[in-house]
Amino acid sequence: MASVRFLLNGEVVEAKDVDPTRTLLEHLRGDLRRTGTKEGCAEGDCGSCTVLVGELEGEGPNSKVAWRAVNSCIQFVPMLDGKAVISVEGLGKDEPHPVQAAMVEHHGSQCGFCTPGIVMSLYGRAVAAKGADAPVDEVLAGNLCRCTGYGPIIAAAETIQPEAAPDVARELADLRRDQALALDYADPIAGLTRRWFAPLSVDELAATYAAHPDAVIVAGATDIGLWVTKLRKPLKTLIDIGRVDALKTIAREDGRLRIGAGVRYVDALEMLSERYPDLGAMMRRLGSTQVRNSGTIGGNIANGSPIGDMPPALIAAGASLVLRRWNERRTIPLEDFFIAYGKQDRVPGEFVEAVLVPEPAPNALFKVFKLSKRFDQDISAVCGAFNIRIVDEVVTEARIAYGGMAGTPKRATACEEALVGQLWNRTTIHAAVEALAGDFTPLTDARASAAYRAMTAGNMLRKVFIESARPDLETRVPEAAHG
Amino acid sequence: MADSGAKLVEPVVFQGVHASLPHDSALRHVSGAAIYVDDIPEPPGLLHVHLGMSQKAHARIVSMDLSAVRASPGVVTVLTAQDIPGENDVSPVIHDDRLFADGEVVCVGQSLFAVAATSIAAARAAAAKAVVEYEDLPAAITIGQAREADLKIEASQRMARGDAAAALAASPRRLQGAFAIGGQDHFYLEGQVALATPREGGDVHIWSSTQHPSEVQHLVAHVLAVPSSAVTVEVRRMGGGFGGKETQASLFAAAAALVAVKTGRPAKARPDRDEDMVMTGKRHDFEIGYDVGFDDEGRLTGLSLELASRCGSTTDLSMAINDRAMFHADNCYFLPAVEIVSHRFKTHTVSNTAFRGFGGPQGMAAIEHVMDAVAQAAGLDPLEVRRRNLYGGEGRNLTPYHQTVEDNVAPQLLAELAASCDYEARQRGIDAYNARSPVLKKGLALTPVKFGISFTTTHLNQAGALLHLYADGSILLNHGGTEMGQGLFVKVAQIVAEAFKVGVDRVKVSSTVTDKVPNTSATAASSGTDLNGMAALNAANTIKARLIEFAAKKWGCAQGDVEFTPEGLRAGAELVPFEVLCRQAHLARVSLSSTGFYATPKIHYDRKTHTGRPFYYFAYGAACSEVLIDTLTGEMKVTRVDILHDAGRSINPAIDLGQIEGGFVQGMGWLTTEELVFSADGRLLTHAPSTYKIPTCGDRPAVMNIALWEAGRNVEETVHRSKAVGEPPLMLALSVLSAVNRAVASVADHKVFPALDAPATPERILMAVEDVKRRAAP
Repeated sequence: MASVRFLLNGEVVEAKDVDPTRTLLEHLRGDLRRTGTKEGCAEGDCGSCTVLVGELEGEGPNSKVAWRAVNSCIQFVPMLDGKAVISVEGLGKDEPHPVQAAMVEHHGSQCGFCTPGIVMSLYGRAVAAKGADAPVDEVLAGNLCRCTGYGPIIAAAETIQPEAAPDVARELADLRRDQALALDYADPIAGLTRRWFAPLSVDELAATYAAHPDAVIVAGATDIGLWVTKLRKPLKTLIDIGRVDALKTIAREDGRLRIGAGVRYVDALEMLSERYPDLGAMMRRLGSTQVRNSGTIGGNIANGSPIGDMPPALIAAGASLVLRRWNERRTIPLEDFFIAYGKQDRVPGEFVEAVLVPEPAPNALFKVFKLSKRFDQDISAVCGAFNIRIVDEVVTEARIAYGGMAGTPKRATACEEALVGQLWNRTTIHAAVEALAGDFTPLTDARASAAYRAMTAGNMLRKVFIESARPDLETRVPEAAHG
Repeated sequence: MADSGAKLVEPVVFQGVHASLPHDSALRHVSGAAIYVDDIPEPPGLLHVHLGMSQKAHARIVSMDLSAVRASPGVVTVLTAQDIPGENDVSPVIHDDRLFADGEVVCVGQSLFAVAATSIAAARAAAAKAVVEYEDLPAAITIGQAREADLKIEASQRMARGDAAAALAASPRRLQGAFAIGGQDHFYLEGQVALATPREGGDVHIWSSTQHPSEVQHLVAHVLAVPSSAVTVEVRRMGGGFGGKETQASLFAAAAALVAVKTGRPAKARPDRDEDMVMTGKRHDFEIGYDVGFDDEGRLTGLSLELASRCGSTTDLSMAINDRAMFHADNCYFLPAVEIVSHRFKTHTVSNTAFRGFGGPQGMAAIEHVMDAVAQAAGLDPLEVRRRNLYGGEGRNLTPYHQTVEDNVAPQLLAELAASCDYEARQRGIDAYNARSPVLKKGLALTPVKFGISFTTTHLNQAGALLHLYADGSILLNHGGTEMGQGLFVKVAQIVAEAFKVGVDRVKVSSTVTDKVPNTSATAASSGTDLNGMAALNAANTIKARLIEFAAKKWGCAQGDVEFTPEGLRAGAELVPFEVLCRQAHLARVSLSSTGFYATPKIHYDRKTHTGRPFYYFAYGAACSEVLIDTLTGEMKVTRVDILHDAGRSINPAIDLGQIEGGFVQGMGWLTTEELVFSADGRLLTHAPSTYKIPTCGDRPAVMNIALWEAGRNVEETVHRSKAVGEPPLMLALSVLSAVNRAVASVADHKVFPALDAPATPERILMAVEDVKRRAAP
């Protein structure tokens, strides 16, 4: 029987006969009795369960350990195989770690329940974990605290000095697998055998998926995790694509970026941000550091959600999608992937291999607006993305896409038509906003009303115009307040 | 305080009360070593309890077939109302909250039955197999629907002074308006949880995450039909409470206890976040109507106020909560002639409950809204209108409930804060900014807080403590207060340390447990330190008196020459280290243990007439908030906040500042991003942090200047002249709502008063902006 092995606070632990959908948090608290890590929501939104996960990246002498703060409540145990985990118990064994001491000194804890997660996020910042080289607000956006109002925590964070993360490269090299991990688990409650496959190559993935076309593909589990912890779906077969290094690369080719389906937000942020600053700004508000450290752009597309934030932005950018089944590949415009709510252009056994993002066109305005009740770490009520090319005051090209306005991420074709060929002026904008009403019939839900969605969708276009016509004006409420 | 084995060394510089000591558990919090109920090592044979929930808002249960539940893998027992040996009740006041529904359900999420299984997954999977047949009954979900059906938890209440109707009729100016304030989920990071262990003879011990261990004890005893002495409830700490664990913990504790007693096995009940949010009560949402008379200077002449709240399906604490809303509808303002009518509507939604402020915030929101409306109508600066209406001066100190305000410091606080935050210049600067900024608009508002301290149910204002000095000089302190993060334990430890002039590390505060201190009140109403600190001080003083008597005899001096000092006990010329003193006293057969008790003096209240002196004193504060809104999207950011707060002579300034900032940000969340949405059929749609948005780090204003009011002294004889600080700061956040209102109004140059309900979500702000534009259009 295969088992999962990982490094916990420097020591190898082995999980035998583990339910592949048991979460790391359940495993830590329930099986390993490390109860410092807390469950606040079990859906990756509160950060009380934050731990650092280290994984070996690269080959041979160039390989090094990359650390990431993640929500252990939505990481499945097999995803940790061959990785290193640091939980709060791993810090300050003899005397408090500087992060812990700073939190005490600045009165950074009250009830203390969120505190271990906050300590881990701040420790991640100290050791330059992925995505942690950012303002405190951004680093902590995924750590909710209900007591302090955050001020004392920010004060503590500001005193923290950089330090080296533990070097566990050799230990991880020892744990590295040269064969795909495959687990079987008899679930006595659901009365089924659950299977977990973690292929190592794209070919192996293609073969495995073809053999198990009913399997669920897991990348970062920031969505699938909730199928288990919230929807309590008894999943039967899962294929983890997180071991397929070839899917985790970003390549520059033919005037575009090829982003592998397994690339996590955090790893794409810089390259996308350089090309599309507004997309970068939106991505920094998408989920939290922990979510961006786990979730993948491919997953955000493949799950077909009408409220994923990446699809509208990527559609506006003119991205296309590479789908693969066995050895057959096809490339389609990203917007064509989304057929209807819950329905995508993907046949059984076919998976997203990469997304292709063109370089920005010259003379193009590229704007993204993400509207949500809360600024950070909130699912959008409306996400609008605008790629408008203007030559000599005339709109020559317009790609406009919205999330949250329909059952799928969708282009605003009537609105685009009202723009193209017209002078880039107030009259045109007025007409384009009118046209937008014909593009969408938004819904009312807990996040926003249909009226608000419709109104802001139009106002976003107005704002694009104002920002281009009057660059001197302040038009956006500022982001991160705390460095 | 200290871990066992900690060195009992007195600090070089003595620090007792008024010192900014860290939270007693701070080191354990940051290291993950602080034990919460779910962290306690699971005893062998533990059963996990899951509660089956109603899917209907209001229905008759036609049948409930649980055979598949019982047959499900891992299930050990399934319990329903028929299995309760005692009373089927987990309510705090009037016996109307069922442990398990009996024949009828009154809200979605109501507990129907308990499944106990070998794992929580097995219990949940089993519960999903229940076949429940309902027959729908008419359901009122909203305040409006309850109003229409005339469903109330009690008769509407009226509080009045003077003849409001006549005053309104005679007022030079008059306006009417209405607005609504949303509810709020507590979102304590640690959810509800209880771990029950059976003991011999049918007794049971329960670890509960509760603010009210005595009530849990009494209710569990009634459920089990055993005397209270057979039930022990223990609380070391909560991962947040905020009122949400005052009454709401009982359901889970009772379910766990019942399973434990029925099966003879330990049992844990821990709903997950979504279950917790669906099943437990929240802050009451309110609809407010007002009719206000005023003069050209913005002085109120008469006010008729109507408060309507959604109480949910049962009474819970709604009577006292709505009373407190009435008590705070004056805030800091003298209302010459006033009538406050309060409707307590019964709805088929989860029963709303205590939440930091306990109705006070809603009452205060009402009058602050009125102040803003009057200022707009009179064309005056809102702060000026507020100042003109403050209590103070001859014949202007009587509240609507006929208590005289004797400790009014609001005028000084407002003046000092207005000066320190540069209110006037910033207000002018904002007008200039708004004139040149078409998309973004700023707003600034400064509002005061006056919050009444004492449980308005007079008998609750009592507390007990139990203090042991051991012969080695270590001190063990127990009291009836519970620690939920507010720093109560360290503050009371400081009070005891101060009494003996020992280092606070010498005072170990252990868990709150009903077999040590009986019949306690909830740790609520901001009263924790006032009550328990005084009870502990009384216990310390009893032991001190014994030690002084002993020392005078032992070392041959007058009792007046015995003094506790940081170096040890001084008895005449003798300096006796504290541990030597304890050892010697023990050898001389002096009792080193004492209980302590305290009951708040002076207070009385007649609920029939809503008159009396419900409050021992008032806590005050003031806040100035600046906001920035986006008039195209409704997005909003609070950019700067200045707070001046009166904590009296603070027992622990760092802890108090933490309460102020935390309370403010929590209040800001209530008024901005935290929105509870129910479907038409009574389902809570926002039952997880994915949809219910409490403030994050980035929502904290970039500039937050928070100060304790240096001059603060309680005029009443509270413990070390401190003031309660748990709830009052939450209401400082009303300045945010007023500031947003100003920013919205600026869109039409303050010509019309915005219709902005709370929470001021981006959607509400944008719609208010559009509405203002429409109404101001020529």
